[in-house]
Amino acid sequence: MIPVQFDYLAPASVEEALSALGQHGDDAKILAGGQSLLPVLRMRLNAPEVVIDLGGIASLRGIRDDGDAIVIGAMTTHHDVRDHALVKEHALLLSKAAAEVADSQIRHRGTFGGALAHADPAGDLGAPALALGAQFVIAGAGGTRTVEASDFFVDLFETAIGEDEILTEVRIPKHTGWGAHYEKFVRVAHQWPIVAIAATVKGSIDEARVGLTNMGSTPLRATATEQALTGATATEDGVRAAAELAAEGTNPPSDLNGAADYRQHLARVLTGRAVLKAAGV
Amino acid sequence: MTKIELTVDGAAVSDDVEPRMLLVQYLREKLGKTGTVIGCDTSNCGACTVHLDGTSVKSCNVLAVQANGRTVTTIEGLADTAEGELHPVQESFRECHGLQCGFCTPGMIMQAVDLLGENPNPTEEEVRLGMEGNLCRCTGYHNIVKSVLHAAEGAKA
Repeated sequence: MIPVQFDYLAPASVEEALSALGQHGDDAKILAGGQSLLPVLRMRLNAPEVVIDLGGIASLRGIRDDGDAIVIGAMTTHHDVRDHALVKEHALLLSKAAAEVADSQIRHRGTFGGALAHADPAGDLGAPALALGAQFVIAGAGGTRTVEASDFFVDLFETAIGEDEILTEVRIPKHTGWGAHYEKFVRVAHQWPIVAIAATVKGSIDEARVGLTNMGSTPLRATATEQALTGATATEDGVRAAAELAAEGTNPPSDLNGAADYRQHLARVLTGRAVLKAAGV
Repeated sequence: MTKIELTVDGAAVSDDVEPRMLLVQYLREKLGKTGTVIGCDTSNCGACTVHLDGTSVKSCNVLAVQANGRTVTTIEGLADTAEGELHPVQESFRECHGLQCGFCTPGMIMQAVDLLGENPNPTEEEVRLGMEGNLCRCTGYHNIVKSVLHAAEGAKA
C-alpha cells in the first residue's frame, strides 16, 4: 500500500529540522530510518501532512568516546551499533541487543534513536538502554536537555521528547568489560519479542543490571533480581533463585502471543538464562 | 513533487517523484526494473531486497526520495559482466536449484550477496540467521541455504 500524500522536507542540520518542526507542529512527523514509520504510513494508521527526514544530517550519525561514556548519534543504524568497537568494549549489552533487532535489511536502515523514540514496548533497545542507565540528549528551540533513562520512557509509544523536540544522541555510561546477553523469546523469526531479557554483569557477580522487554507499557528493570545478584557467586542455583524475583512488580500485557501470567513465567526463566550467559556460566 | 537524482544499476537517473512513492514502486513503475518484486508489501518477506549504497534494504520500506544522491543495485544490475553471464551467486542458485516458484529469488540473491560480503565463509546456521528476513512461500529453504553455501565455496576456489 501507498501512504497518503505528504510534503517532504530534508533539513541539512538539527537547527533546520527544529525550525521545520516548530512551523508544522502536530501536522509533522520525524522520519529517521523509517523502518517503523513507513509501515505505519503505508497502512494509513497515521497520515502526517509533513514528513521531516533526518537522513541528511551527518552530525546525527556515529559513535564517539566521551570519557566516562560513549555517545551514540540518534541516526546511527542498528547494524553500526552492533559492530562498533566502542560499543563492544564499553556497552556489550547494546551490541548484543542490536544484533537481535528484526532482520539484516531492517538493521541496515533502522536507527538507534528512531527505535528508542518510537518506544514500542516490544522494541529490543529500550530494556538495554534502561539497564545501562542511558542518558537521552534532546534538542529543542531553547537548546538541549538531558533526560535519564528512568524518566525517558513514559508510556506505550510515549517518551519524554516534546512535540517540538528531537532526540539527537544517547550517552551510555561505560560498562567496560561487563559480560552481557540479550535473551529474546519469539514465536517467528525476525519478529518482536514476546518477552526479552537484557542482562549485563560485572565480574561474577559484583554488580548486575537486568532490563525487561515487553513486560509492561515501558521497558522495566528487575530491581529485586539485581539486588539479589549483587555480590552473589554466579552459580546456576544462585542465579536461578535470583531470577525467580524478575517478574516482581511487572504488569505485562495479555495478547494472542501469551497471557500476562505466562509472560511473568517467561521473564523468570529467561532472566535465569540471560544472567548465566552474561556471567559466562 | 520532489526531484531525485540517483544511480541505479550503474546508470544515472533523475526524476520528479511524489514524496510518498516507495523505492520499489519507483524501480518497477518508473524505471521498468520489474526484476525486483513486491511480495508481502509489509516489509516482512524480503522479496523486494535491493542494495542501497552497497547494503541490503527492503525497497518497499524505503521512500524513493530517501535514495536521492545514492546508489541502488537491483537484481538486474548485479552481474556486471557481459550480457548473458550471471553473478556467481545467481549461478549458484541455478546449480543448486535454490528456487521452486522463483518469486522470492531476486530478494534471496540480493540478501545472499550482502551476507557473503560481510561474512565470506558462513556456517549453515549463519546463513539461516542472515537470511531470516527473506521468506520463501514454497518453503524451499534447504536448497536456498545450499546455494549460499555453494557460492561461498566457489568464491574460495
